[in-house]
Amino acid sequence: MNLFNLTIHELNGLFKKGEATSRDVTESFRKRIEEIDPKVNSFLYTDFDEAFKNAEEADRIIKSGKNFPELCGIPLSIKDIFLMKGKKTTCASKILENFVSPYESTVTKRLRENGYVFLGKVNLDEFAMGSSTENSAYHITKNPYDLKRVPGGSSGGSAASVSAALSAGSFGTDTGGSVRQPAALCGVVGLKPTYGLISRYGIIAFSSSLDQAGVLAKDSLDAAIMLKAVAGFDEKDQTTRKFDIKDYPAIVSGASKSLIKGLKVGIPSEFFTEGLDPKIASKILEMRDLFRDLGAEIVDVSLPDTKYSIATYYVIATSEASSNLERYDGIRFGYRFKDENGGFFGTLDDLYRKSREYGFGKEVKRRIILGTFALSAGYYDAYYKKASLVRKLIIKNYRDAFKKADIIIGPTSPTPAFLIGEKMDDPLSMYLSDIYTISINLAYLPALSIPVGVVDNPSWGGFLPVGMQIVSPWLTEDRLLSVARIIEGEIGFRDKYKPEFKNG
Amino acid sequence: MGDFNNYEAVIGLEVHTQLLTKTKMFCSCPNIFGKEPNSAVCPVCLGLPGALPVINLEGVRLAVKAALALNIGINKKSLFARKNYFYPDLPKGYQISQYLDPVSSDGYLSVKTDGTEKKIRINRLHIEEDAGKLIHAGSRSYVDLNRAGTPLVEIVSEPDLSSAAEAVEYLKNLREILVYLEVSDGNMEEGSFRCDANVSVRRKGEDKLGTRAEIKNVNSFKFVQKAIEYEIERQIEITLAGGKVVQETRLFDSKTNTTRPMRGKEEAHDYRYFEEPDLPPLILDDEFIGEVKKSITELPRAKREKYVSKYKLTEYDAEALTKDKEIARYFEDLIDKNNGRVEIKKLANWVVNDLLFGLKSITSIGKPANKEVIEKAISELTHVGADNFLELILEVESGNINKNTGNTVLLEMLKDPNKRAAEIIKEENLAQVSDDKGIEEVISRVLSENPKELEAYFAGKDKLFGFFVGEVMKKSKGKANPKKVNEMLRGYLESLKKGGN
Repeated sequence: MNLFNLTIHELNGLFKKGEATSRDVTESFRKRIEEIDPKVNSFLYTDFDEAFKNAEEADRIIKSGKNFPELCGIPLSIKDIFLMKGKKTTCASKILENFVSPYESTVTKRLRENGYVFLGKVNLDEFAMGSSTENSAYHITKNPYDLKRVPGGSSGGSAASVSAALSAGSFGTDTGGSVRQPAALCGVVGLKPTYGLISRYGIIAFSSSLDQAGVLAKDSLDAAIMLKAVAGFDEKDQTTRKFDIKDYPAIVSGASKSLIKGLKVGIPSEFFTEGLDPKIASKILEMRDLFRDLGAEIVDVSLPDTKYSIATYYVIATSEASSNLERYDGIRFGYRFKDENGGFFGTLDDLYRKSREYGFGKEVKRRIILGTFALSAGYYDAYYKKASLVRKLIIKNYRDAFKKADIIIGPTSPTPAFLIGEKMDDPLSMYLSDIYTISINLAYLPALSIPVGVVDNPSWGGFLPVGMQIVSPWLTEDRLLSVARIIEGEIGFRDKYKPEFKNG
Repeated sequence: MGDFNNYEAVIGLEVHTQLLTKTKMFCSCPNIFGKEPNSAVCPVCLGLPGALPVINLEGVRLAVKAALALNIGINKKSLFARKNYFYPDLPKGYQISQYLDPVSSDGYLSVKTDGTEKKIRINRLHIEEDAGKLIHAGSRSYVDLNRAGTPLVEIVSEPDLSSAAEAVEYLKNLREILVYLEVSDGNMEEGSFRCDANVSVRRKGEDKLGTRAEIKNVNSFKFVQKAIEYEIERQIEITLAGGKVVQETRLFDSKTNTTRPMRGKEEAHDYRYFEEPDLPPLILDDEFIGEVKKSITELPRAKREKYVSKYKLTEYDAEALTKDKEIARYFEDLIDKNNGRVEIKKLANWVVNDLLFGLKSITSIGKPANKEVIEKAISELTHVGADNFLELILEVESGNINKNTGNTVLLEMLKDPNKRAAEIIKEENLAQVSDDKGIEEVISRVLSENPKELEAYFAGKDKLFGFFVGEVMKKSKGKANPKKVNEMLRGYLESLKKGGN
């Protein structure tokens, strides 16, 4: 039995019975990472010293015989956008190349309190800006199903590490689809909770009103366990609220097929637009039929204004980003430009310009410029203000849709994993990768992607995973995860498909 | 073109004042000035990646308090916004401020100049955070972020002021109110009360506003006066010469008392304001506003009016008693405890003349009273509880001791605040000698010790009477009741004269 292949709840079962220790599991992951990660390149760095220290501590707690958290002793990878005290946090940017955080994010603090094992930091698109993880300043992460393809992004390192069984689960962030899209492309579960359910304190900000931490997991029950560990009010983040935190794992593991009976499932036509791979479309229609067979009622819902999502998103997200990224100025931390003599004697403006010119990558600069433009005097009304109004319309669209439907389903991504380099010179087509996920962030809603099957790999045979997105009303993560749990039980994706690390 | 007198000035003021909160506006670092550089900082006010602001409700409370006292309407829903610009003292690259929906808007402040009252409209009052400080030393510059994130309110007047004197009066009133309410310490030198002035000129009778210049960096009332006066003159001169005033930001130079334009780059900002996405809208309910309202004490102006009309004090005394909040509080405490025994006017005299004025000279021992001495006096004054001070006043008013002795006792009380007035009088044997026998003894001693003067007196040198009184007072160490001494001395001399004849 390969421990690295087990789910979190399976590992937890072994711990309870004393059939494995966290140390065994951590060792299993260490070996797996050393063998597989050179092919996938999901980690920016591993930290096995820390991992084994965490494992020993977890084993002590487990042996003490008391109740221990479900995440206790479980090795996870963390997207390199979460700050951890004393650990390097680069956000995959050169501008933070040697940045060691002096404080801990709320998410990782809560993970520590749950006794998790920290394996290391995984790759992402620089500042979470991108849909392929190709924008990392350090290296490209490969899709475990086809090493010539991207894992999606921006949480591509997280998705690839879970898909390749290099971690039992991973924490990522989702601003416009950055958890769900890579989850779909790598064949894992990706959950983006309701905005405000998980604290953003200590997560490097891209777009503050859209960013939300999310989980990448082998299955929905694991996702529920991970969510429970970190969700809830944080006095350090005023956009979190005192929501009632449910016992997600208990609810999800107790979910039965009867839940689907009479469930109203909406499929908006807006999720079947031009540009959607017909094979993916037919997979989603198969899922509709599966829901119907399980007793769900398929209802017509419409989200007419979501066609403006991409435009709205790129105004709001880039505007907020242009402001959030102003602190990277070379003054207090991170990269500062030096001339060939190792110093710099230009003006202050030159220091800013050069530090940001060489510190930031191309996509980040593109978005800073876009956002700066959208907020400038004379353009604010036409862009930022208008986008905020459209955002309200999109929220209303969903509110109306949820009057008729309990959940909404559709494709997560219009295409399966694309080739490395395929879209790098065409930002607009890259932006369209998130066409089905973006409106959910604009509406602050929870959504997840679960693998529902595969399509043929058009390049050289084999297959690529397909994800289905499920959206539900604010704060109904329990419903979302329970429905996903039933569906994944029907499909049995994990039993049928495993990445084969081909074309390396 | 006409002369200077055909032109009038239009002035609006923007005041920034630091709030007296314990902690910074968006984090829990102490709001302390002048500590070891970068010692009062945390991830939030350092602008570290991933850090998030949290609204300090105490800051909101003080802002609302100021707004209520300045008759400015409270907006129950207000928004925070980001003001974006690059500068090394601004760690996040933006300042959290309020822009479109400030916490408070539309109010006024009454200003009295040349005996006439004028309402100066206030456009808005909003909350924001301060930036850090740059320290330049030689070819290097250092950043101290202790001040970064400390709470400020900005109070923006309408362009209703028409002279430098009026502007200064407005600022003095504003400062007095803010200090009285303990919203701000009002310290202009340390920059916790700062002012920018928007100045323009136009022909008298014209409705349209002229092009304005914004003057920054004026950190005393005197400089505000000088800067505005200079600016008005400059603009009128330009206009008279047929030129056009340029809209620009100018810096005041206190060495030359002139203003000069800032470099173009320094003012070429597009702040790209937008709603701060890290903070929810600030919602204030009636309960919160009501509680703040209750905490507002009577303002100095209202007190002055009350003192003059109700207590019949002079304007001078009313002013002296209200200048400092502690003195006013002390005075009112005294009135309460006195409960009608001594006339309020007399109590006021005691505080103003003996305590404040006298105290100054006592504590400075002959040195001219300065600010420090007054501050020390005020803190000592409050040491001597109002009831103890009242005891002393009653001792004097009842004639048990005279006023000079009263001041001596006061000095003792200030040295040891635990000592009661009556105790000191008893211990030091300071009670006035009013009994006939005691005084008579001293009189006979004085007269027998000065036979020549006595002879001269009887020979018709009436003026020597005063000399005898003085000697008696001296001998009795000031304890004798002077009125009584006068009476008895006259009687004694009469009887001597008769007896001698």
